[in-house]
Amino acid sequence: MNIGKTILEHLDPDLVGTMTSKPENITKANNLTGALATTIISTGALAGTTFGQDKKLPGKIVDVLNFALTLEYLEDEFYRTALGSSGLIPRTTYAVFQQIGKHETAHVALLKSVLGSRAVPKPNFDFTAGGAFGDVFRNYQTFLAVSQAFEDTGVRAYKGQAGNLQDNAKILTVALQIHSVEARHAAEVRRLRNEKGWISGDSRGTLPAPTQAIYNGEGNVTQGGVNLAGLAGLSNDAITEAFDEPLTKEQVLAIAKLFIRA
Amino acid sequence: MDKTLNTNVEAINLEQEARLTSRRSFVKLSSAAVLTAFAFGALNPETLSAKTAFHGLPIDDEKSKSVDLGKGDTGVLNYAYALEQLEAAFYTQVISTPFAQMTSAERAILTDIRDHEIAHRDLFKTALGKKAIPALQVNFTTINFNSRDSVLGTAKTFEDLGVAAYNGAGQLLKDVNFLLLAGKIVSVEARHAAIIRDLISPMSASFAGDDVTDPATGLDKALTPAQVLSAAAPFIRTPVTAKKLPTPKR
Repeated sequence: MNIGKTILEHLDPDLVGTMTSKPENITKANNLTGALATTIISTGALAGTTFGQDKKLPGKIVDVLNFALTLEYLEDEFYRTALGSSGLIPRTTYAVFQQIGKHETAHVALLKSVLGSRAVPKPNFDFTAGGAFGDVFRNYQTFLAVSQAFEDTGVRAYKGQAGNLQDNAKILTVALQIHSVEARHAAEVRRLRNEKGWISGDSRGTLPAPTQAIYNGEGNVTQGGVNLAGLAGLSNDAITEAFDEPLTKEQVLAIAKLFIRA
Repeated sequence: MDKTLNTNVEAINLEQEARLTSRRSFVKLSSAAVLTAFAFGALNPETLSAKTAFHGLPIDDEKSKSVDLGKGDTGVLNYAYALEQLEAAFYTQVISTPFAQMTSAERAILTDIRDHEIAHRDLFKTALGKKAIPALQVNFTTINFNSRDSVLGTAKTFEDLGVAAYNGAGQLLKDVNFLLLAGKIVSVEARHAAIIRDLISPMSASFAGDDVTDPATGLDKALTPAQVLSAAAPFIRTPVTAKKLPTPKR
């Protein structure tokens, strides 16, 4: 992956097009004044500092990004294995999982590019969780269940770390941009399992009992210091569905540990 | 057909605006006219309640008055409140005047989403208290509420826009609790976006399509308030300005 280009692309795809596509555009860009020129300068500065010189990232942010990277490693390998398991994913939904897998691979690459030499290595995974999901790569329904578990966990994990990235606006924004993609994945997989795209109360729906930790706390009805129970005549299901809840790093690792070989 | 509908809608709007010069005359508006307006999708309960609840100001004053979101975290929360008002008004109308052959499954999904957006809107209104911007008047004259394509296409636009708006606004918030709150909402907007996209194009890559999630980085969009308000402007009759919001870092 071309790191410099990737970073520029996610910062401002239009600008990259302007800057790199055609020589005449580069000339044009050079002639620009005002806001756009400022943007070019600040973007260039960014590529050389925040992302390029990873040693300057504070330890707190490195920890968060490595935590995220571990989860992305898990998802990436999970989907690559599933997509390569013949007869597992039906042709009708293959495009869905190709798309999800593509994103997880991109997330791994992006986080590694930011972390550089400080990136943690990929753990060894056990997607059967010690046998609890023994047929995960042979039984489509089991695969879907584990997929939903990973995606709903991923959403909560990123959400729980946003506050720890507040000091770095650019990295916070990137984390939010991953977070919402995980939520899109989660909703789609839930729909394939005939579940609502959103989480009602703290219900795990038709997932097996060992996944309950992924949904505990989702039944919270107090938001922004306001108890929303009974708001506008809405049901508690509607109110809890409207807000996804975070998980702490420790809570997420307790869940993820089931899938990591000791 | 659409053109005729829109022309009628415009006619109704003009007629109403001529008549609605005060709160009192609005109240006098015959129920038949309101029902007609409903049938054409020109009005919705949000618009009506906005008109009646707006501090008792005459409609003309209200219409000409632009609304500034304010500064700091309050401004950012008002920004979110404005978008949630738009979404809640839209889905309320969708459920009030369902498109032809809306399936029960579609109705269940769109009702859920309506309720979520109402929860978001009312939370912001409550949390902001006196600092909340007033109820905005919406403009849905370009939406054909009888058409599945028009309704779902607009829903997709609003949900994707909401996701990009929250993604871009996170860095503008100072209070970490507000950042968390925004995080709790944005993932639900992303869930909506995925499900709406799946209704339009089932079991395809569209739920997080390359048009909205950059295939090279796997990142959703993040837009600035200026970009978002510009995209939302055609749907909001009340002029909204964001002169004092913090400047995003890029």
